[in-house]
Amino acid sequence: MATATTQDLHEEHHGAPKSFVQRWLMSTNHKDIGTLYLIFSLTMFFVGGSFAMLIRAELFKPGLELVQPYTFNELTTMHGLTMIFGAIMPAFVGLGNWMIPLMIGAPDMALPRMNNLSFWILPFAFILLYSTLLLPGGGPAGGWTMYPPLSLQSGSLAYAVFAIHLMGISSVMGAINIIATILNMRAPGMDLVKMPVFVWSWLITAFLLIAVIPVLAGAVTMLLTDKYFGTSFFNPGGGGDPVLYQHVFWFFGHPEVYIMILPAFGIISEIIPTFARKPIFGYKAMVLAIACIAFLSFLVWAHHMFAVGMPVGADIFFMYATMLIAVPTGIKVFNWVATMWGGSLTFETPMLFAIAFVVLFSIGGFSGLMLALVPADFQYHDTYFVVAHFHYVLVTGAAFAIMGAAYYWMPKWSGHMYSEFWGKVHFWCSLVFVNVLFFPQHFLGLAGMPRRIPDYNVAFAGFNMVSSIGGFLFGASQLIFLGVIIHCVFFSKQKAANRAWEGAKGLEWTVPSPAPYHTFEVPPVVRDEELAHSGADD
Amino acid sequence: MVQQQDIYFVPNRSHWPIVAAVVLFLTVFGAAHWLNAEPGEAGFGKTVITIGALGILGMFFGWFGSVIRESLAGRYNDQVDTSFRMGMMWFIFSEVFFFGAFFGSLFYVRMFSLPWLAGSGHGVLTHQFLYDAYAGTWGADGGNGPLALGGAFSTVVPWGLPLLNTLILLTSSVTVTIAHHALRGGHRGRVLVFLGLTVLLGATFVTFQAHEYAEAYRELNLTFQTGVYGSLFYMLTGFHGFHVTIGTIMLAVIWLRVLKGHFSPEHHFGFEAVAWYWHFVDVVWLCLFLFVYVL
Repeated sequence: MATATTQDLHEEHHGAPKSFVQRWLMSTNHKDIGTLYLIFSLTMFFVGGSFAMLIRAELFKPGLELVQPYTFNELTTMHGLTMIFGAIMPAFVGLGNWMIPLMIGAPDMALPRMNNLSFWILPFAFILLYSTLLLPGGGPAGGWTMYPPLSLQSGSLAYAVFAIHLMGISSVMGAINIIATILNMRAPGMDLVKMPVFVWSWLITAFLLIAVIPVLAGAVTMLLTDKYFGTSFFNPGGGGDPVLYQHVFWFFGHPEVYIMILPAFGIISEIIPTFARKPIFGYKAMVLAIACIAFLSFLVWAHHMFAVGMPVGADIFFMYATMLIAVPTGIKVFNWVATMWGGSLTFETPMLFAIAFVVLFSIGGFSGLMLALVPADFQYHDTYFVVAHFHYVLVTGAAFAIMGAAYYWMPKWSGHMYSEFWGKVHFWCSLVFVNVLFFPQHFLGLAGMPRRIPDYNVAFAGFNMVSSIGGFLFGASQLIFLGVIIHCVFFSKQKAANRAWEGAKGLEWTVPSPAPYHTFEVPPVVRDEELAHSGADD
Repeated sequence: MVQQQDIYFVPNRSHWPIVAAVVLFLTVFGAAHWLNAEPGEAGFGKTVITIGALGILGMFFGWFGSVIRESLAGRYNDQVDTSFRMGMMWFIFSEVFFFGAFFGSLFYVRMFSLPWLAGSGHGVLTHQFLYDAYAGTWGADGGNGPLALGGAFSTVVPWGLPLLNTLILLTSSVTVTIAHHALRGGHRGRVLVFLGLTVLLGATFVTFQAHEYAEAYRELNLTFQTGVYGSLFYMLTGFHGFHVTIGTIMLAVIWLRVLKGHFSPEHHFGFEAVAWYWHFVDVVWLCLFLFVYVL
């Protein structure tokens, strides 16, 4: 039995195949597929970022300066869809692909071929989505949420719907793979309570993905039949209700928000203990808090719809349920702070991003609490306050965590250290300019500037100009990030040690840097002193 | 759940995933192009859909073929088996939520949107100024909305064909279980008989369903465009019927594999996966029968 099962491994025992097509198009290797995901995500980050640059350029001054209103709506729609489904989610899947097998002592993902399919669907999905920009009638322009009846007016709805179906198929298969990997492929001795928090966060996120992505598929399918087959799901004349779409969509949409932040929580819970040189404070509380947040995410969807005219009882339920989420999130923030307390802190680039995450994500959390209050939300709804809120949680939250993760694990991926100086330049530029970009949007929103409108009252001119300048500089700062990555992968002379960071614990640091093409071909012996959490101490 | 394996298994590289991505893309690209074509315009949509769909079929043959070959060669250990099981379980779990979206819509329409259009709760002004004659009851009397979209219609009587279809699916669940027990007992003849019966029952269900649709369109004036009632009726039963069709095809493939002697009393995950899927489809039908036809 043993000899038969090793045969496949031995065929490619000596490393990556020479042929480019074989290696990158037909891969079953979690590291190569992870790399593909990360490259794709970085590309989409710049594509979506250039949509954002155009949006900020249009909003630099009042008046229609640069683009027509329809084009502006296409830009906001495409920016949202690209950043969510193209940049943030694939980045987390890429990180999971690379790191989960290394962290749990598995040779690869549980279903390696399906893993490759999950990735390769994505580029095609985005080709389908972007092709609409070139079609007569233009692309989808109803916002990434695609509320009917507005979205039904877009000529190219079918393309957007099918693109979302493809992205959904990719996400669900990716999530199934991650769950099967974590539950089935752990090395002997790697008990569930010894797993790194990042692995836990992905296990819970994958569960959320499998539960809610099909609901999105259902919602957009109903849009499709309403437009092309004459159904009445969202047409009151036929007994339907446009608000029904919003309920179904946000039943997906709110867990989706946590899909984009829970792996970030996991990343931060890896980085902070490493650079504080202390185990994470309250390991079990951290894991339980993630599970609590995931559970609550199913009960709060309608807080996106307070202004739609729901019964008061529903408003009140969703308000309280939403504020309840502050409890587990608060546990996490306090535990990160407590992990740093009394530690031997050093401030390498990943740690800087992690600390910025804790502070700035909390700002996004606080504005979220403000938005959760029904009477206050009637004022804030659909203003730039909402835009500021979710960019604080998604840019300084999710994206900062991903950048931190990239710096943290890049030595393991490439075998070389990145330039610490330029990493820090990238961090400080990003930190300053992201606040110049988004903080004034709070004031704009409180003053009543509506979102998704290309023109605005001259009263808002000053803060918009500041915000746009911050936006251009934040965008430009990301070119430094690109430069640091290219330098590290191709030009850096400084070899990384196996344990690239002094305080780093976990199985991923026991393999050489760069991680060889195949790792853990036989299950490793898990020794508790190598792990960040031995499971017994807290 | 951690398994004590002395060795891990990682499959060979394969061209099937990238082929699958391409043919999936072709299918939906063709479909989008076809839906978006101007009336009367001769687009290339249908051609591309056909190429894509044939490609998907070929891809399934090729991909599953190579998996079956590897499985028969004894290359999969228990850990791989568990991964496959988990994959199928979580796939079915995702399907539950897919149907959940439509069932949720059904409940929302019946509990909220129709009563609100009829003036209850905070829908009182909408009702008074837009639809003051609308009573908002479900079924033939108001299920197609205040504008009675699609015209007067009747609903399908649950105690005829739908009841028969319920009994057919329930029976098929029993036969597939008998076949499973026979497989575990090593009685291949009995497996072939009862699995074959299951396939026939599945095909009968689909035929009856098609007949019911034809009758609903012709005699009852119940169409996909019959307001929200018709929309929900055909969306729910249509996706279910599609799943039964897929399930029947899968059962037929498994029947052929039993004939070829692919399964042993210990190792027959392919059989079990399809049986799980079949039971899932059965449970969905019971919910449909209750909430769409009876209530």
